[in-house]
Amino acid sequence: MSEPDMVLINPEQTQPAREQDLILNVQRGKNELFYELVRPYERRVYAAALAILRNEQDAEDAAQEAMLKAFANIRQFRAEARFSTWLIQITVNEALMRRRRERTVVMEGIDDRRRDEEAEYAPRDFADWREIPSEALERKEVRQRLAEALATLDRKYREVFVMRDMEHLNIQETAEALGISVASVKTRLLRARLMLRDLLAAGWEQGWFSRLPFEKGNKPW
Amino acid sequence: MGTGLVQPASIREGEQALVENKANCEQVWREISSYVDGEVDTALRQTMEEHFQSCKRCASVLAGMRNVVQLYGDERMLEVPAGFSRRLEKRLASDVAAQGKRWSSWSAWLVPVAAMALIAGSVVLMNSLTFKNFIQSRHAQPGNNIPPDLVVVVSDGSKLFHVPGCAFIRDKASERTMTAKEAMRDGYVPCTRCLRQYLKTGLTPPSGQQFAATASEAEEERQEQEVDLSTARH
Repeated sequence: MSEPDMVLINPEQTQPAREQDLILNVQRGKNELFYELVRPYERRVYAAALAILRNEQDAEDAAQEAMLKAFANIRQFRAEARFSTWLIQITVNEALMRRRRERTVVMEGIDDRRRDEEAEYAPRDFADWREIPSEALERKEVRQRLAEALATLDRKYREVFVMRDMEHLNIQETAEALGISVASVKTRLLRARLMLRDLLAAGWEQGWFSRLPFEKGNKPW
Repeated sequence: MGTGLVQPASIREGEQALVENKANCEQVWREISSYVDGEVDTALRQTMEEHFQSCKRCASVLAGMRNVVQLYGDERMLEVPAGFSRRLEKRLASDVAAQGKRWSSWSAWLVPVAAMALIAGSVVLMNSLTFKNFIQSRHAQPGNNIPPDLVVVVSDGSKLFHVPGCAFIRDKASERTMTAKEAMRDGYVPCTRCLRQYLKTGLTPPSGQQFAATASEAEEERQEQEVDLSTARH
């Protein structure tokens, strides 16, 4: 066999190189490659918009608009940045701009400030943690329950949680994307995680995750 | 909110933990998120690990938080509405293609350049219409400010007229004297060296330059004037 065939291709390594090629080509005018470039991130873009706008239609519109803005500004993208982070940042800006136009959200903002002055959040449920295995995510019902739990959080906690734990931005990137301090990100992230843990524990007790194949005594594995 | 902090059992356990592990539950909860992210220093990490071993409640909080991070961090949690991808692709295909036609890489810069050229052109046009003498080549000056009766000298082989004794008179043997008015009527134009004082150039000549030209420069200038009198280049 020739030498190139013997080189093992590591997808982790080749993916960024492939992405860089795509970026360069789009920057040079191969516009038809743009969708291929952003396709791996379309779900993250939508999730970021949804975290801020809380409405599927608005989130989809914002996601599409953000993609178009990313295309219009693709020549300003510099290789030293992560493309996904740059794309999410554009999406967050687009979604925040749309939300500022919504008058009703002003009330939510005031509500959030009031709650922020309250004491630290402490965990409520100390029963032995019954782990929800990631296999459970195969079930739409479970995903829906988790999404509902997330939707009950105040927006300040929800946004930080989504950027950090679902979009996988780091603390600094989350702070920059949302225009808040690093300290605020840490505080809100802690609180969001604790609240979701309590919600999931309560959900378990309420039977959210019952009738699932992984329930005690009925494990498929 | 915060009610968990005042539960007697929690406090007792926290105090016990504080005695045993030098960290109480509240302190652990405050840092537990950073702990999960691996962002606490070694000393704190060790203290917390010891605490988790002895405190079932905090161990439960830790397990739950890890589960939350793991579940929500899963790609499968990123759901999009049915048809999302198709609609996005369609929109990109139409809008990006449309933008591409108008803004392809090689022509994108042409639009701003064209705009600048239009603006610049307008300014020049306006200037030429309203400020005729604002910025013009000194070579293009008519001799309007030269006294008509000024005695000037013309000579063969040149279309310039000079003040008598100018160093730039070509073929001095053929000199003829006339008034400036007559010279201009006959199609002669003023020498920019000796008649500079009468020409509104808008430019301040460097001091001492007027008649400081060397003989060789004068010779070059004569040659230039011979080549093209209408576009004399100095």
